[in-house]
Amino acid sequence: MAKSFSIRHQPGFTTIAAVCFVALYMPIIVLVVYAFNEAPSTSEWGGFSLKWFQSASQNAQVIDATLRSFQIAAIAATLATIAATMAALATTRTPPYPGLTFKYAMINQPLMVPEIVTGVALLIFFSRIKIFTGYSGLGYLIAAHTAFCIPFAYLPIRARLENMDLSLERAAADLYATPWQAFRRVTLPLLWPGILAGLMLAFVISLDDVVITEFVKSGGQDTLPTYMLGQIRRGITPEINAISTAFLLLSVVIVTLFFFVSRKRD
Amino acid sequence: MPEQPGKNAIEVRGVRKVFGAGEAAVAALDTVSVSIRENEFFTLLGPSGCGKTTLLRLIAGFDYPSAGEILLHGDDIALLPPFKRPVNTVFQSYALFPHMTVAENIGFGLEMLRKPKAEIKARVAEMLKLVRMEHLASRRTSQISGGQQQRVALARALAPQPKVLLLDEPLSALDYKLRKEMQIELKRLQNQTGITFIFVTHDQEEALTMSDRIAVMSAGKILQVGSPWDIYDKPADRFVADFIGETNFLTASIAGIENGKARATLKSGATIAASVADGFQPKSEATVVVRPEHAKLVKGKAELSGTVENIVYFGTDTHIHVRLDGSNDLFIVRQQNARNADCGFETGDKAGIAIGDDAAQVLRD
Repeated sequence: MAKSFSIRHQPGFTTIAAVCFVALYMPIIVLVVYAFNEAPSTSEWGGFSLKWFQSASQNAQVIDATLRSFQIAAIAATLATIAATMAALATTRTPPYPGLTFKYAMINQPLMVPEIVTGVALLIFFSRIKIFTGYSGLGYLIAAHTAFCIPFAYLPIRARLENMDLSLERAAADLYATPWQAFRRVTLPLLWPGILAGLMLAFVISLDDVVITEFVKSGGQDTLPTYMLGQIRRGITPEINAISTAFLLLSVVIVTLFFFVSRKRD
Repeated sequence: MPEQPGKNAIEVRGVRKVFGAGEAAVAALDTVSVSIRENEFFTLLGPSGCGKTTLLRLIAGFDYPSAGEILLHGDDIALLPPFKRPVNTVFQSYALFPHMTVAENIGFGLEMLRKPKAEIKARVAEMLKLVRMEHLASRRTSQISGGQQQRVALARALAPQPKVLLLDEPLSALDYKLRKEMQIELKRLQNQTGITFIFVTHDQEEALTMSDRIAVMSAGKILQVGSPWDIYDKPADRFVADFIGETNFLTASIAGIENGKARATLKSGATIAASVADGFQPKSEATVVVRPEHAKLVKGKAELSGTVENIVYFGTDTHIHVRLDGSNDLFIVRQQNARNADCGFETGDKAGIAIGDDAAQVLRD
């Protein structure tokens, strides 16, 4: 009998895998290593130091951009999660009907339309509103972030709802729970891990966005990623590496939490 | 079994339920009418797809009829949402809330009815005692066995003291022994609480052992309603006779119908007394059914005769398959076994089949 097919035993497998891993992780490792460089260079090693972390944490612009990033991400992720929860309920708690697939596509639109297109469209659209209303606050960024975060929040919530036994909600109704009570006492507690997962994913996506933010932001509304982009244009110091490293750590923590929350059953 | 025309708990009047529309429309229930009395254990029995679960869902309020009325103690509830009906359900999957304890599950209905805390506590304790689950009150429902989950589901549905309890094949997930135990348990609970039970099953044995009355359903219609004795001994039509237990079908001509009795002349020429199903229309040939245990295999001449073809031993009884002379049909006789004695016949023997008075029933179709 022939040995069963195993991709791991094909010629070149190990080489290709190694090349891929190096291409993926080597730049990140180099970036992290040079964040601890004593010398003001991102290519020549001058000894170990934490001074770039210290200078970044004392840089008023960095602090300002970081706080703005968190503010936008927190508000946008929350709004997106609320919208995504309602959308997920509306698309799973109904028998399939013609047009349902179209609605999935509508909700997931930000995953398919190129970001640059959305960015340009929002720039033109919002500039009209700015002229009309005179308002030029953070609202535009929050609205834009909310919109593109919805599909990321929607997917884990919908997955959770689809795995939930429909007869639980029926049992609640049978036991005299009004639709609102059934939602609050049965559906919501069981949906909670999905909602939390959606919220964290949306938060990370908002935090990370460059393209749409770059188009939509008004003067003095830099987020951390757009601030970093601006700095790079002026030449890189290891301070950027230090900020990136901190950013990376934060993302890893949130994504790990997301993984554990969405894996948890019941 | 004496008929006791008590008050009706549920009256289903001319209910239709159509799924789909136009060409693809399917009538899951085809103008069904039935009355379910107070305090009775009523079973909807039929194969899957016969409409029994659809009828239960209409009574529970999970779906609404396309036409007709459903009365609960005289009030039409057909269009009320489930949370406004004093009717509770035990689900096939139990549908226990996984994020609540056993006690919280049982108290849920009372809590939704805004009963005082002290009353809920007392009632939950009473229910736990009723289903013998006091020791597991604070467990999560995922930490108890299937049989225990079944008891919790029962207690949860009984706690708000519904007018009617609906049970949707609640025993189908249990193994044989546990199922037998729960059948007795259900009967006990019904006697103790005095609540009307409407039980859905496809298991004819379960229906016969537990029910006060049974409605046999097929293809969206109720074919016969009666006590287990009626359904078993006096089946109205071929489907009912065939679905419940084993039966021998014979062709006969019918004469002298009077008071539900008639003389049936079999193809062998013998004439036997038979009861006649309601709704029987006189015609040249009719179908007569004889249960295998109501016939007796004898040496020598009897109403029917044939050759023993097969003998199957079942422990408590023996089934003897007889090829009838003339018609060449197979006739099964069931004979109670005695200790240290065989059935008295061997394959190839010539034998007579004696059919006593009141052993045969004429079907309406």
